[in-house]
Amino acid sequence: MIRLERLTVAYRGRPALRDVDLHVDAGERVALVGPNGAGKSTLLRAIAGLVEPVVGSVELGGSPLAGLDRLAIARRLAVVPQLPTLPFATAVEEVVALGRLPHEHPIRGLRPVDRAAIAAAIDRVGVGHLLGRDARELSLGERQLVLLALAVAQGAPVLALDEPTVHLDLRHQVEVMELLVDLNERDGTTIVAVLHDVGLAAHFFPRIVVLDRGRLVADGPPLQALDADRIRDVFGVDPALVRLPAEASELESARAIAPSAG
Amino acid sequence: MTALTSARTTFAGRPRVARRPVVIAGLGLGVLALTVIAGVAAGSVFVPPGDTLAILAHRLLGLDIATTWTRAQETIVVDLRLPRVLTAMTVGAGLAVAGATFQGVLRNPLADPYVLGTASGAALGAAVAVLVPVRTVVLEFGLLHGLAFLGALGAVFVVYRLSRVGGHGQMTSLLLTGYAVGSLLAAGLALAMYLSGTGLRQIFAYLLGGFEAASWVRFATALPLVLGASALMISRARALNGFLLGEEAAAHLGVDVRRERAILLGLASLATAAAVAVSGLIGFVGLVAPHVVRLAVGPNARLVLPLAALFGAILMVAADLAARLVGEIPVGVVTAVIGAPFFLVLLRRTRAGYEL
Repeated sequence: MIRLERLTVAYRGRPALRDVDLHVDAGERVALVGPNGAGKSTLLRAIAGLVEPVVGSVELGGSPLAGLDRLAIARRLAVVPQLPTLPFATAVEEVVALGRLPHEHPIRGLRPVDRAAIAAAIDRVGVGHLLGRDARELSLGERQLVLLALAVAQGAPVLALDEPTVHLDLRHQVEVMELLVDLNERDGTTIVAVLHDVGLAAHFFPRIVVLDRGRLVADGPPLQALDADRIRDVFGVDPALVRLPAEASELESARAIAPSAG
Repeated sequence: MTALTSARTTFAGRPRVARRPVVIAGLGLGVLALTVIAGVAAGSVFVPPGDTLAILAHRLLGLDIATTWTRAQETIVVDLRLPRVLTAMTVGAGLAVAGATFQGVLRNPLADPYVLGTASGAALGAAVAVLVPVRTVVLEFGLLHGLAFLGALGAVFVVYRLSRVGGHGQMTSLLLTGYAVGSLLAAGLALAMYLSGTGLRQIFAYLLGGFEAASWVRFATALPLVLGASALMISRARALNGFLLGEEAAAHLGVDVRRERAILLGLASLATAAAVAVSGLIGFVGLVAPHVVRLAVGPNARLVLPLAALFGAILMVAADLAARLVGEIPVGVVTAVIGAPFFLVLLRRTRAGYEL
């Protein structure tokens, strides 16, 4: 689904990614982790075609990214936007409807199929109770869910997220994670998520990619990609501070009290 | 499951909301027709609305109607007032659509059609035209109109190039460059006014705007530019909607950000330049009309742009009528007097204020 070959990306001559090889198959669920400035967001931007590689290539859904226009990319890849400040009062359903921009009729706008996709996304993410409200008045957590609904409405086979849990409390974090697992397992959506919280990533994602200073330093199942030495080397913290699935009792109990997202 | 059902019902309830723009558009067209008739009938010489309609039907539709009016009335209606009212309508619509586009692309509710230097460029162009001792008239357009038009477009072009809009998130740079270039042009304008001597009144009249010099030829020249640019902006509503969430999100939603931004800003500037070339600098309509429409139907550009055109047209024809009835005061004064309090009331009545 996604193929990065020897990808090197630079911002004003300063390399942000070096020599990254990454293959993600359809239906996978991959978390990108690493310290600040490791190149995680750049990697997502490269997959979305927002930065030009200096060297190397990106393929999305079997086609080289260089040959796809923005509309074609948007139909293959939905990216959950980072929390924007909206310039005008905008009802929640209007925000979610923006997910249909790559599909709607260029002049007439939303068609019945688009409206159905919007309604389905609103149900799926569980933001029905927010309809009619101005998105700017919502809490950060609610806004995050609305943006997630937007990306779900986009209906692309790949869903990419950049720090989707950063403003959320523990319960909302777990809800978002469970929703991602559900979208992945039930709908077969390929998911690539940049996550700050290594514990959360390890608990909900079967495949972890670790980036450090622009290089891909590990790629595999959580316990293997995030072994004690790597956590010490890459994150510079005592590995005892990071809970991996085998010892994540706290998360387990949080997961138990949160209502199921499905 | 409850959340699911409630979502369905609420969402299914949308068609009722979706019909609202149609109702508003219908009402708007009715009000516009009435305003236009009032605008043609009223003035220093009052022509009864019945006669006004009859004259219009006779001259425009070629209907054979028994003449109950004088020849002077016919001239006033057909040669003086009608082109004036239609010009006001076109300028109002164009400024409103341009304003909505500038606000949307720049993601700034305070943006208006003049924000990227069109106003100061046009003003300087007009002032220079007054200073230059050359008088040429082509198709009823003097040097003033020509230089105002070119000044408006030139200023935006310079602002756009200087701001080096390359990647993403450069809107602030564009706005600040617009401000800086605008200040520079304003200095030039001040100098031109200082040097203008007897021409000062003419420059001042341009700065305040008005439609008393409207004519059929001028209207016929401005109309296709304003209408064409507005129609093209409306046809790009999808891109404008994408900008609502920011440029990066717009790109993720399939919008070619650099291209669409350049096209939309270019079209909005073209409509503005054509409008200010025939009418001078009339403020507030381009700022207020899009906001009023957004408060009624939300931010969807597909609805906002056409309805803003309608509301802007009504506002401008009404403002011009008011200006005429008060005794030919500058229409820019009227739009400010009507527009500013109207805007304040609307802002107070909406729960959520505008974030800057």
